[in-house]
Amino acid sequence: MGKKWSYRSAWSARVLVGVLAGTFFLFLGIPLAALLIREPPAMLWISIQQPEVFQALQLSIVTTFFSTLLTVLFGLPVAYVLARTRLPGRKVLEILVTMPTVLPPVVAGVALLITFGRFGLLGRYLSPLGITLPFTTAAVVMAQMFVASPFFVNTARAGLEQLDQRYEAAAYTLRASPLYTFRRVVLPLIRPALLSGAGLAWARALGELGATITFAGNFPGITETMPIAVYTAAESDLESAVALSVVLMAVSFGVLLALRVGRIRAE
Amino acid sequence: MKRSLHLFLLLVALCSTVAACGNSSSSSAASTPSSIKINIFAAASLTESFTQIAAAYHQLHPDVTITNNFNGSQLLEQQIANGAPADVFASADMANMMKASNAGLVGDAKVFVKNRLVVIIPVGNPGQIMSLKDLARKGVKIDLEADTVPAGHYSRQALMNMSQSPDFGANYGNSVLANVVSQEENVKAVVQKVQLGEVDAGFVYRTDVTAAVASKVTVLDIPDPFNVIAQYPIAVVKSSANAAAAQSFVDYVLSMAGEGILAKYHFIAVNP
Repeated sequence: MGKKWSYRSAWSARVLVGVLAGTFFLFLGIPLAALLIREPPAMLWISIQQPEVFQALQLSIVTTFFSTLLTVLFGLPVAYVLARTRLPGRKVLEILVTMPTVLPPVVAGVALLITFGRFGLLGRYLSPLGITLPFTTAAVVMAQMFVASPFFVNTARAGLEQLDQRYEAAAYTLRASPLYTFRRVVLPLIRPALLSGAGLAWARALGELGATITFAGNFPGITETMPIAVYTAAESDLESAVALSVVLMAVSFGVLLALRVGRIRAE
Repeated sequence: MKRSLHLFLLLVALCSTVAACGNSSSSSAASTPSSIKINIFAAASLTESFTQIAAAYHQLHPDVTITNNFNGSQLLEQQIANGAPADVFASADMANMMKASNAGLVGDAKVFVKNRLVVIIPVGNPGQIMSLKDLARKGVKIDLEADTVPAGHYSRQALMNMSQSPDFGANYGNSVLANVVSQEENVKAVVQKVQLGEVDAGFVYRTDVTAAVASKVTVLDIPDPFNVIAQYPIAVVKSSANAAAAQSFVDYVLSMAGEGILAKYHFIAVNP
């Protein structure tokens, strides 16, 4: 009885996994393909060449580069604190770091406005110094960081938690300094987690719309990123909105693929 | 063996869910409802007034249940074109109604109400704006809608109208537009930023200064000769399953009672 049954159950499990996974791939893939086939390639080419589209794409790439860089710079210490220290209230901090993903982006934008706006909690002390953040490119970067950084922090934290601490202990017995150990032992071992976390955060920042348009507004060349340009275009011309989305998808697909290849190399 | 049983049960559960979904949709189509349901697709600026009109209409016709779907007129037009179950379409501009009409989606459209633009200023008046002329002063922060949004288009038209007048000067419109710090996607976003004091002034419809907003902003009127008056058309959707009820609702909106409710929300009646 045993062998026949196990063979059959393995076969049915395989079919089930195949059906469920296949259905899900189609669920994600067909809507994306629908965008792709709606516009002829010539239309896509024309839309990229429009100066305002190029401007929005350029702004998106520059702002997401900085927001991802700053996310890694500030997020890695946060991930380290959450994964390695036994701070009181660490669980609360963990939840706090995840909150921006739960918040509707528009609300995140309002939160930033009432904090950093010219009458905001902190902003009112900045404006006498001549610093106003809303409607600036810096505000775009801040909105992206606020919404996207949890993806990096949580992935980096998981990577650090899974890392066997004996590697570090071994380095310390060889009298390596903490900084040296982090740079030469820990960092290379968690590199795949960092890269995938940075990739996720970057992708989320690239698609960011609600918080950006609320906190930074929409002005071509200063705060109008690709998603906002798509949203504006959809207001009057659905076809060009679709074309712009395809451009955005192509760019992000390329970058995410490059990161994936980089990760495989790292492993 | 136990595992395969689990898998089998899971599959049965999945299949039955799918089957149940299939059933419910076909049965609802087959059964004839005892009460009539109509869906009103109305522009976002009609949110407050149409909610009240629907309640008033339902009191007169208890057998008719009304569901309102509020959104940008452009989005509503797209939804109707893609087969959304709409019975009545009320647009905030002629352009989107024309689009629907040219595509054969709606019957005869009638203008039922009008709306005018105003400038709103945060209560603290951080930009020291005393009159419309101050909007052209360098350094003033102005928020308006993108040109693709009807309100944004009308605002630019009104500014150009003012530039024709010697009172404002030929450069007036361009100076004001040079002070624009953001181009919002809808009128409510402009209201939000003015309310928070992040900008010194914003262009919105008079009807956007709702009771909730009125205490936080000051209204600066744009004189009628320069103002662009927005026209709101309404029509029965051709694919409506309850065309009679839909027409009766449209008639109610156009009646004295309907106009009265709209006027309460600062809309301009068509037949004053």
